[in-house]
Amino acid sequence: MPVAPSEFPPPFDPADVIVGPTDPEDERIEVGVAIVGGGPAGLACANKLMQLLENEPELLEKLGEVPVAVIEKGKVAGAHLLSGANVDPSALERLFPDLAPADWPPVYQEVTKDATYFLTKGKAFPLKPPPPNFRKEGTYTLSVSKLGRFLSEKAEEAGVYILTETAATKLLVEDRIVRGVRSGDRGRGKEGEELGNFEPGSDVVAKATVLAEGTIGHLTYAAMDYFEMRDGADPQVWELGVKEVWEVPKPLDRVIHTLGWPLRWSPRYKEAGGSFIYPMGEDKVCFGLVVGLDTTDATFSVHDALQLFKTHPFIAKIIEGGKRVGWGAKTIPSGGYWALPKRFSVPGMLIAGDAAGMVNIAELAGIHYAMHAGMYAAEAIVESLKKDIDSVNFESYDAMIRGSEIEKDLYRSRNMKQPLTKGLIFGGAMGSAMVATKGAFPGGHWKIEDNAEVPVFEGNAGDKYPKPDNEVTFNKLDSVFLSGNATRDDAPNHVRIQTRVPREIAQTWVSMCPAQVYEIPEDQLENGAAEVDVHVTASNCVQCGAITAKGGRLTLPEGGDGPLYQET
Amino acid sequence: MAGILVYALHDDEGNFNKNSLGAISEAAKLAGEVGGEAAALVVGDVADDACASLGNYGAAKVYRAKNVPEGLAQPIVDAMAKVIQDEGISYALFGGGLLGFEIGAGLTARLNAGVTMEVTAVKVQDGKLVVERPILQDSEIADVGYVSEPGIIIGRLNAFDANQSGGTAEVVDVDVELSEWSSKAKLVQRGEQRGADVNIEDADILVGGGRGLGAKEGFELCEQLAESMGGAVAATRAVVDAGWYPYAAQIGQTGKTVAPKLYLAAGVSGAIQHKVGMQNSENILAINKDPNAPIFEFSDLGVVGDLHKIVPKLTEAIKAKKG
Amino acid sequence: MKICVLVKEVPDAAVQKRIDPNTMRLDRSGEKNLNPFDTHALEAAMQIKEGGAIPVEEVVAVTMGPSSAVRALHKAVALGADRSVHLADDALAGSDVCATGYALAKVLESESPDLVLLGQQSDDGECYTIGAVVADHLKMPSLTQVIQIDVSDGKLRCERQAEYGYDTVEVELPAVISVGDAINEPRYPSLKAIMGAKKKPLDSKATGDVGIEAGQVGEGGSKTKVLGLNPPPAKEAGEIIEDEDTNETVEKIVAWLDERKLI
Repeated sequence: MPVAPSEFPPPFDPADVIVGPTDPEDERIEVGVAIVGGGPAGLACANKLMQLLENEPELLEKLGEVPVAVIEKGKVAGAHLLSGANVDPSALERLFPDLAPADWPPVYQEVTKDATYFLTKGKAFPLKPPPPNFRKEGTYTLSVSKLGRFLSEKAEEAGVYILTETAATKLLVEDRIVRGVRSGDRGRGKEGEELGNFEPGSDVVAKATVLAEGTIGHLTYAAMDYFEMRDGADPQVWELGVKEVWEVPKPLDRVIHTLGWPLRWSPRYKEAGGSFIYPMGEDKVCFGLVVGLDTTDATFSVHDALQLFKTHPFIAKIIEGGKRVGWGAKTIPSGGYWALPKRFSVPGMLIAGDAAGMVNIAELAGIHYAMHAGMYAAEAIVESLKKDIDSVNFESYDAMIRGSEIEKDLYRSRNMKQPLTKGLIFGGAMGSAMVATKGAFPGGHWKIEDNAEVPVFEGNAGDKYPKPDNEVTFNKLDSVFLSGNATRDDAPNHVRIQTRVPREIAQTWVSMCPAQVYEIPEDQLENGAAEVDVHVTASNCVQCGAITAKGGRLTLPEGGDGPLYQET
Repeated sequence: MAGILVYALHDDEGNFNKNSLGAISEAAKLAGEVGGEAAALVVGDVADDACASLGNYGAAKVYRAKNVPEGLAQPIVDAMAKVIQDEGISYALFGGGLLGFEIGAGLTARLNAGVTMEVTAVKVQDGKLVVERPILQDSEIADVGYVSEPGIIIGRLNAFDANQSGGTAEVVDVDVELSEWSSKAKLVQRGEQRGADVNIEDADILVGGGRGLGAKEGFELCEQLAESMGGAVAATRAVVDAGWYPYAAQIGQTGKTVAPKLYLAAGVSGAIQHKVGMQNSENILAINKDPNAPIFEFSDLGVVGDLHKIVPKLTEAIKAKKG
Repeated sequence: MKICVLVKEVPDAAVQKRIDPNTMRLDRSGEKNLNPFDTHALEAAMQIKEGGAIPVEEVVAVTMGPSSAVRALHKAVALGADRSVHLADDALAGSDVCATGYALAKVLESESPDLVLLGQQSDDGECYTIGAVVADHLKMPSLTQVIQIDVSDGKLRCERQAEYGYDTVEVELPAVISVGDAINEPRYPSLKAIMGAKKKPLDSKATGDVGIEAGQVGEGGSKTKVLGLNPPPAKEAGEIIEDEDTNETVEKIVAWLDERKLI
């Protein structure tokens, strides 16, 4: 009897995230603009704000001692960022026109060649011409975790306060107006008790709050529920990407995408996705496998499928003689146009970037949209506060997004993902037709199905994964170690799931999670019980977000916890 | 300049520390190659024959500073600095331990001398000493030399073996004038023994328990085995997490780092997070029923089998052997 | 009383550290952080200040390092230090323990502290020594690896685990004390403190400002030299026994232990 994870909702109430200010008025921290998330969207917003405020001395003064603060849960801005990434340079050029994209520190190179292959178990067939959505010439390969560090340095130089190791755990709302955020407590024990070094969080009140939390925003989704911003939108869905960085003896001269193996083509499995292989200068390459989170085989694991992928002669040749130096995992919102919220701002608050689902999954592109959106948010905020410092109306931001390349590009690819759930052959062909016709064919609105509502069953994907050899293939714990994750062991569990569920559901979480957070006790695994316990090792969590897509809920651990990505 | 001076630490009963004895033997060996003698420095009113007995480990001479108290570093820095300067000694060598680090560091400042620490081996190159120092969690060994003499070498605990060669040392009393600041710290109590809270970082033998123990009660097997061998019990994160054993015993990335003489891993899979905390153990013995467990890749002796059957019998066998 | 806390910026524990083969120095290009042991020293300073057994006028964080080390100082003041001092000079690059201790002593001398606290070891390898080097230059009593500090009658009563058990030592001020991580559980900085960190005074000093002789520091002033780097000797592959007859297996294990003198 197939069951869907959505039948076992997590013990979590988004309403708990929306609160009024808690600190006495004179103890609240006042900032001009509070930006939640030190990623491309939040940091582009911060930098743009400072650029605009340079010409608005009056407004700058009214914003107070801290005109712009970025609240980042990672150890540094960039610690939790992971992407391919090939980036369209338009946003880089718009933010810092004096700096050529090739001179940006996080950029490795301009893409001059690209290729797409279809893989079978032992062979690779070039697709000629490559699908237009994978044409990447004129883009730049970069490391988004380095981009975060670079943008945060720039912002700091310009006078932005970057508050790292700080989790924004609550959204402060009064009379349906967003007034800021509350940072999380630190120094709580496993059961939530206050330890000797307990430090309570603080209210951070702001004239404007920008949610740029990235893929699965803790505040974002609670806010969208509270303000009914998604009414009429399709549910957001996600893909999970697992990525590795390798030092290699010989450089790669092109950007490569692959389709096919090790993913299975049958629509029964819904294994839609593919790989990317990108050069990183002379001595490194990165590659990853990105698969929709609507897969149905409970034993399917992106982490382990990526290990299998590396044993293919095509990729084995690229990494031959090399050494794995980086690893990470992250979800990507893939709902596209139909899953965009109906509003991007509410009184006092704006949402930008991946948090708002601004990703064109067909083209694996989102970073430049995030940065553009961040800059639009900055423009809308300055425009509005200049007129009236107490204005909470940022609707001009909605208009900017609606008229921008973000919405246009997402509209063009609006139906591309959905057919892929019907199998690679049909879906691939349909997708190509859509790209070729710029989305005009076949038109209409292909509905998106919530990831967690897809029933799962115990298949045999897991049987094919290789036993780690610790040279090319690795187990999940080795991977987590390489992510730099050293989360405190006695911290409270930040992962919300039901811990007694049917076996298929538990196995889905166990396999899906690239960081070995979920385990079924060995005896129950062996005795074939229909219902099993799920043991959660939250300190392994790299906060990829997959559990939220698949029926649980990722909340925020203590600030500073999680991975320390360096070059992902 | 010539010769190597070793500080010979002793307890309140006058017994010399085995690491000091190891350092004397090492110094004797090196002095044979670089020239000069191996000498030892003893502080306090230690009997003549006790001092002379250091010759059995290779010391040609023993300098005794009767008026210098044992137990704190700075007065001993005064004594060693004086002997090194008066006798033109080329190197000072310490067998490790807290006092060795402190005295060596103090000499560095006093004599404007180069210092190396955590040294695991010393060799001779072109008539000079070059030390091997593991760095970056022992992933590399740096060869470090001295630009000038004297040079200070602080060994890692157990780096040097004591060898009895027979012989007695000449005992020479030295008069040391203590620095004014050397007397501003006073030992109120030395060597207090405190309860059962065994510090796993200091244990020579550790029995590490992992999830393969099956349940909290499985730790009784570890405790009995550890007791039979005179060791302590350690644990993996997973079992600490499950509440089977206290956090103070956790080894690994987010726990303690240990390097005992023997690490006996019972039901430990050997995940990297655990491995980084115990991989420098001198001998690793693993018992695990899963032949694919990563621990077998870095253990010196791997036993594939059921620890619930093996460990109790092993405990009995060790007890029987010890009588 | 004035307490100076020596702090250091070190590569984050999560960073895979490597030695730059050209300079033979640690490659410090990756993520850096305040040395975790130093946060225990800061916490010890704050507990003395807040404890009230002796009045503390100020806690000053002192570091030596490149410009990026300012971040470590910001963390230190966020954790409670009143101000900070940054000894930064290209001439200091490549200093060994001897040269580093001398330079730190000089900058401390300019502050005339009554107590110097520091972490007993740093994540990047120079362990247990700096405190004692600095103390001898400053002509102060010192103690390292301390796990408990009590203040009474203007003196410190310190505890530590030494060769033969726990030692209790009484130390007169001024003094240099290095602490272990068992001494306390460092606090988390409040958000307000983090935001206020940049507003606290930070003095930047060059070698000349504190009377450091150029010839005594940097690579030229160092007394040790890294001559080469080698991989550790490869460990021989272990022996594997399959347990078929447990009595026999146990016999084999005991023989193995015996051979290595482990029983």
